[in-house]
Amino acid sequence: MSQFLQQLLNGLFLGSIYALIALGYTMVYGVLRFINFAHGDVFMLGAFTGLYLNRLLAPVLAALPWPLAISLVLLLSMLICGALGILIEFLAYRPLRDKPRLNVLITAIGVSLFLEYAGQLVFGATQQPFPALIPTHNIGGIGELTVTVTQVIVLVTAVVLMLGLRFVVMKTKMGLAMRALSLNPTASALMGVNNSVIISFTFGLGSALAAAGGILYASLYPSIEPFMGVLPGLKAFVAAVLGGIGNIPGAALGGLIIGVTETLVAGYSQQIGIPSGYRDGVAFVILILILLFKPSGLLGKVEREKV
Amino acid sequence: MLSRNSLAVVTALSGAFILGLTGCKQGGGAAAEEIVVGEVAAMTGGTATFGTSSHAGTQMAIDEINAAGGLLGKKVKLVTEDDQSKQGEAGTVAKKLISRSKIVALLGEVASTASLEMGPICQKAGVPMISPASTNPKVTESGDFVFRICFIDPFQGTVMGKFAMSKGWKKVAILTDTKQDYSVGLSRFFKEYFAKHGGTIVSEQSYGKGDKDFKAQLTAIKPSAPDAIFSSGYYNETGLIAAQARELGITAPLLGGDGWDSPSLVKVAGKAIEGSFFSNHFSNEDTSPRIQEFVKKYKAKNGTIPDAMAALGYDSAMILAAAIKSAGTTEGKALRDAIGKTKDFEGITGKITLDEKRNANKSAVVLTIKDGKFSYVETLAP
Repeated sequence: MSQFLQQLLNGLFLGSIYALIALGYTMVYGVLRFINFAHGDVFMLGAFTGLYLNRLLAPVLAALPWPLAISLVLLLSMLICGALGILIEFLAYRPLRDKPRLNVLITAIGVSLFLEYAGQLVFGATQQPFPALIPTHNIGGIGELTVTVTQVIVLVTAVVLMLGLRFVVMKTKMGLAMRALSLNPTASALMGVNNSVIISFTFGLGSALAAAGGILYASLYPSIEPFMGVLPGLKAFVAAVLGGIGNIPGAALGGLIIGVTETLVAGYSQQIGIPSGYRDGVAFVILILILLFKPSGLLGKVEREKV
Repeated sequence: MLSRNSLAVVTALSGAFILGLTGCKQGGGAAAEEIVVGEVAAMTGGTATFGTSSHAGTQMAIDEINAAGGLLGKKVKLVTEDDQSKQGEAGTVAKKLISRSKIVALLGEVASTASLEMGPICQKAGVPMISPASTNPKVTESGDFVFRICFIDPFQGTVMGKFAMSKGWKKVAILTDTKQDYSVGLSRFFKEYFAKHGGTIVSEQSYGKGDKDFKAQLTAIKPSAPDAIFSSGYYNETGLIAAQARELGITAPLLGGDGWDSPSLVKVAGKAIEGSFFSNHFSNEDTSPRIQEFVKKYKAKNGTIPDAMAALGYDSAMILAAAIKSAGTTEGKALRDAIGKTKDFEGITGKITLDEKRNANKSAVVLTIKDGKFSYVETLAP
């Protein structure tokens, strides 16, 4: 029983990171009806930004208590990657705004590949160890369950960021504008919303979340390389679809489900008879199932094509 | 409008074509006064430290050979290609070296998966191939042009098995990297030896190279309370496995093979890997004067102490050089025969004799990690 609970916990922490990345996908889709395939690579850039910031600001960080140090690295990284996201939108997606959807989609794939291989050139293709920004410490939980400080911080940060996002989207003027834009771009422009600014803001916000996800992921699994964003990005995309793409609580739910399922399949592999090496396939089996049985996602609304 | 567009397209295409042609020229034939030796190593990617180390060792050997006057009156040119630790790349670059650079022999690769790709290609082209460190037995089965100067996994698996038994560890869990032939083979041989000599394999879990999260597999291993965990994969994954095992409260030491040999292991795992053991080809703490001189030379040239891959890279180049000298020619079949006759070669990694299966019969050392450094424990002979 305690093994099951431990596996659930493992899945929870993994799922919280997928949820964080999935939020970016779902937000951009909700506002722009566009799947930003480069999102997973901004996640990777966030992790590398964290690495380089840590090196650059080492003396400053050493002087601060570690919660402040990691908050500083996190915030700076989110700012830098948010700006990067806005830059990518400006250079790659804005010129194609009036063109067919397919063009932007393919461009997104191109941006993704560009970021991965440019990253390989700039950062080197070797796996680099990520510095432990959070001291490694076991919190012996109830009975045999073990949880580390890092895992708790990751979960708490993910939850805080998700709540923050919900607040921004529901309670602020920018959020109102984003929702208006997602309902009808023409009408929102007529209502005085500057569409370009809102779109840039959405990308920036999504990228900032991806960067946070990257640093948290790198804190849990301290080995980063330029292609680290591919698989988590894909799984987060599945999570967003699972929860209903465009739906923010849905993305969080989707992320959690994928994280837990993947961990349980890998953990009980001997009992189920599926080798634990198949864990990555779990997310994609879920994708096929959800598209077969409930394509709008668990929390999504069915969108009728208006003629 | 239409003709302007197509003109632009034609210009762009011809420009690309011309650039491509100029690229072709560079691959061209070697000067007649040079012996071209090819090397395939993983300079980037998940096993990059293996490639950079073995390349440094090989390059040092080639530089020494050239400084001493070269081979058969000619200078030796080393052409190195990066296989990026990626599936399929090793075969591609091996073909490129054989057809474009016209190499007389190939040194490589460290990873068994890559060597298995290149073996049939070298066999078909009649180019002798010497692998410095691939331990999977299937590598030399590719053909009689494929050699290796290190021990093979049927032996390496028993080394850790013997070691575990000598420590009184009866229950061991195995974690295998199913994407790597090296890991799959090593796990199998360890399991065979260990089970045959009274040990129990309490759990067998798997993962793929590149995976980051092993908590699921480790949580499944934990209830069976193993005395040790055999992690037969490479250093990146093993480092993460060690860190995560300690996070879950598993205190059993880890055991492994020469795939652990990398400075990145301690960087990634930190304190978690302290007190774990692995088998290797050589220990740079060996006090023999020949080894210490090698360590000194390598450190002066590269700034770091050599690891097993560097030593093996060096030995592979030296053995090739000795074979070229004794054959008196670089012709494929004659060179192959000369390499096959290597007997009692005094290498950095021990006395190397190639048997009729083209494998080397050597001892293994067991190393442990103490205070963040690799430390010698004992030697086990075959």
